[in-house]
Amino acid sequence: MSAILQWNSSDFLEEVQRRSNTAVSACFQCHKCSTGCPVGREMDFLPSQVMRLVHLGAEAEVLGSQAIWLCASCEACTTRCPMGIDIAAVMDALRIMAIDRQLVLTGAHGREFNRSFLGSVRRHGRVYEMGMMAAYKLRTGDLLTDVGKVPQMLVKGKLSLLPKRSGSVKKVREVFRRAEEEAGQ
Amino acid sequence: MKYAFFPGCSLESSAWDFDRSTRAVCRTLGIELEDIPDWVCCGSTPAHASSDSLAVALPALNLQKAQAAGLPVMTACASCYARLRTANHKVRNEAADRERTERITGKPYDGGVEVHHVLDVLVNHFGPDAIRAKVSRALDGLRVACYYGCLLARPPEIVAFDDPEHPTSMDDVVAATGAEPVAWPYKTECCGASLSMTHAGAVSRLGQKLLSMARQAGAECLAVACPLCQVNLDLRQADASKAHGTIPQTPVLYITQLVGLALGLSSRQLGLRALTVSAERLLAERGIATVGAREGKL
Repeated sequence: MSAILQWNSSDFLEEVQRRSNTAVSACFQCHKCSTGCPVGREMDFLPSQVMRLVHLGAEAEVLGSQAIWLCASCEACTTRCPMGIDIAAVMDALRIMAIDRQLVLTGAHGREFNRSFLGSVRRHGRVYEMGMMAAYKLRTGDLLTDVGKVPQMLVKGKLSLLPKRSGSVKKVREVFRRAEEEAGQ
Repeated sequence: MKYAFFPGCSLESSAWDFDRSTRAVCRTLGIELEDIPDWVCCGSTPAHASSDSLAVALPALNLQKAQAAGLPVMTACASCYARLRTANHKVRNEAADRERTERITGKPYDGGVEVHHVLDVLVNHFGPDAIRAKVSRALDGLRVACYYGCLLARPPEIVAFDDPEHPTSMDDVVAATGAEPVAWPYKTECCGASLSMTHAGAVSRLGQKLLSMARQAGAECLAVACPLCQVNLDLRQADASKAHGTIPQTPVLYITQLVGLALGLSSRQLGLRALTVSAERLLAERGIATVGAREGKL
């Protein structure tokens, strides 16, 4: 990034703090979260940089980042932050904000995975791995990765050909519908 | 000792051997499990990364059923465990979360159901000494790296049965089987979890790092207690070895499979054939028979 970011408003910081229920403003950039982050190497911004960008109100940079979709929710940062910031919860809040704002997210495969996974839960009450994987591959166009593993997984009984539906699937669909209605209000 | 068992989706498919070995071990130890009727998915990471309300409501649907049965919950999947405990934590501590959860599920829930991981049950409810007393085939000479991963120990105020940076509960169980838990530094490093689908390259990098460190520390196999850890380290082991540096083939067993072997259960009763990197040769080399003395008794 070549442009110099300048602070202009604390609206974004305040929204992130409200939605994550944690004090992002307490971050003093010790970088302990980034040091222990398992996927820091793959991220465009390290967790401590994401915190700083939130301070600066750099909404487009944060919500458009790959970092928020690379976070594996391992909770190492949350456990270790000397200021008690729930950094993993901040990552969740940022992902939800990116979805709510209907941003065009390129390469956010995590989002497509989440949609495929939750679609399966809504349909069956449980995850039907085969269907979920197919839905994910169609969404991302990434048709070939891991296809070679399918025969082996079938032989080992690790993939079911048919979904195992929960007897409470109607209840699950009702929960999804109500959650959506509340989010839309 | 009786629990409402929450198997979770992985235990019905990719981790069927974790399901089978957990049930077999509990039966052998006299720990009674009653499946939560018509249980539903906990939502896992996709729910908490997409919707605050689903992240609590989906686990709550199961917890409400356990509460009606009047039983504490036991689960084997580390991710389900963390999601159920997190839902309880939120319902107990945030009035807004409790109100929303009750509204969305249409039922009251106070967050009061106890939730335990099978490792917690083995160590803190049953106890390593009681396991040792039931061992009929000690796993002498087997060197095991206990891999806890993320969600069994973090964040401590939610999962709370072991130390977040230096957990020892699985080491205690492994020692009770007669095997030797090795000291190694990556017990709680992340394997990449659900990035397995979206960023397989990162997952094989992390897997290689973990497996080569376990080898360096003298381990010849790993013990895990999470379906995602198992798949990432076992199914992706060949990819990891190829992409990031060769590691000798290292079986990755569920802790319940190791305990089951020590209790005299058979390969079939523990689902050992599900492992991508077979453990049969290593077990044979250590003189650990996999045809169970108890075969036919279950």
